[in-house]
Amino acid sequence: MAVDRFPIEAGHVMMFARSIGDADEIYYNEDYARSTEIGNIPAPPTFVQAGAQFDPDYFLRPRIGQEWFGSAKGPTGITQRSGSGGGSGGGGGGGGLHAEQHYVYHKQLKVGDVLSATTKPGKSWEKQGRRGGKLMFSESVTEYRDQAGELVVTATSVGVRTERPATSS
Amino acid sequence: MTLKANEIKVGDTYSEEVCRNLSRTQIVQYAGASGDYNPVHTDQLYTSEIAGYPSVFAHGMLSMGMTGKMLTNYVGHGRLTSFGVRFTSQVFPGATLTATATVTGLREEGGENFVDLDVSTTDEDGTEVVKGTASARIDA
Repeated sequence: MAVDRFPIEAGHVMMFARSIGDADEIYYNEDYARSTEIGNIPAPPTFVQAGAQFDPDYFLRPRIGQEWFGSAKGPTGITQRSGSGGGSGGGGGGGGLHAEQHYVYHKQLKVGDVLSATTKPGKSWEKQGRRGGKLMFSESVTEYRDQAGELVVTATSVGVRTERPATSS
Repeated sequence: MTLKANEIKVGDTYSEEVCRNLSRTQIVQYAGASGDYNPVHTDQLYTSEIAGYPSVFAHGMLSMGMTGKMLTNYVGHGRLTSFGVRFTSQVFPGATLTATATVTGLREEGGENFVDLDVSTTDEDGTEVVKGTASARIDA
């Protein structure tokens, strides 16, 4: 992910808090948030993931005017297959599954902050899956910096691709 | 609400039910808020017919986000210094999840106090879906 500008907005934090089922008043009531130790509405611990909204190239968001691989009238909106597979296989067109996520917090992220993010590839490795089939892991490391250029969060994501759809029992 | 070093000890646990009977609509809410619109989370037709999974399933990050809610309720806001997990099992609609933090260490560094935690979230069958660790700054 490369994001030039990821503004932390109160409405976005509210929607995110709702989506994770967090009823804490601090995410919904600015006056209350101002009376707390943090002094403003904080971002929940996993909120930086929503920086995808501000990544112009994020591939898991439908692009205006382009075909989308999810269903329309039929099971996929892709009407013309180019070459192999398209959206099929592995993680279902989503570029594999999310295996691990790690955050290191350097500063508390708050409404009003404006982040930028840069991602570098990390390690990659392979493992034999329990049901045969190879598992291919790869790491990416994203640094989120605030408007002062200070490091706020370091996020390490590990993705896994499988040779066939992974199912858990 | 913040934790105090003299009020907790290694082995203490804190648990919360973070989701009951997970709805497909909540997964849609998470897709909308996070921006991850991968249809394997919200689009049953695509998921079963193209991707080859039996059902849509929650984003791993939704399970981690719900687990993080337990952590901020336990240690307070603005206190986490790290939080990392592995996604050990997929979470399907209908899941009821319980997140637990277990104190594994208490330490003092540079005049500040920290707690180290094991983090585990399990579904209604006791299957672990999220497993990891977290650390937080706490009061003396």
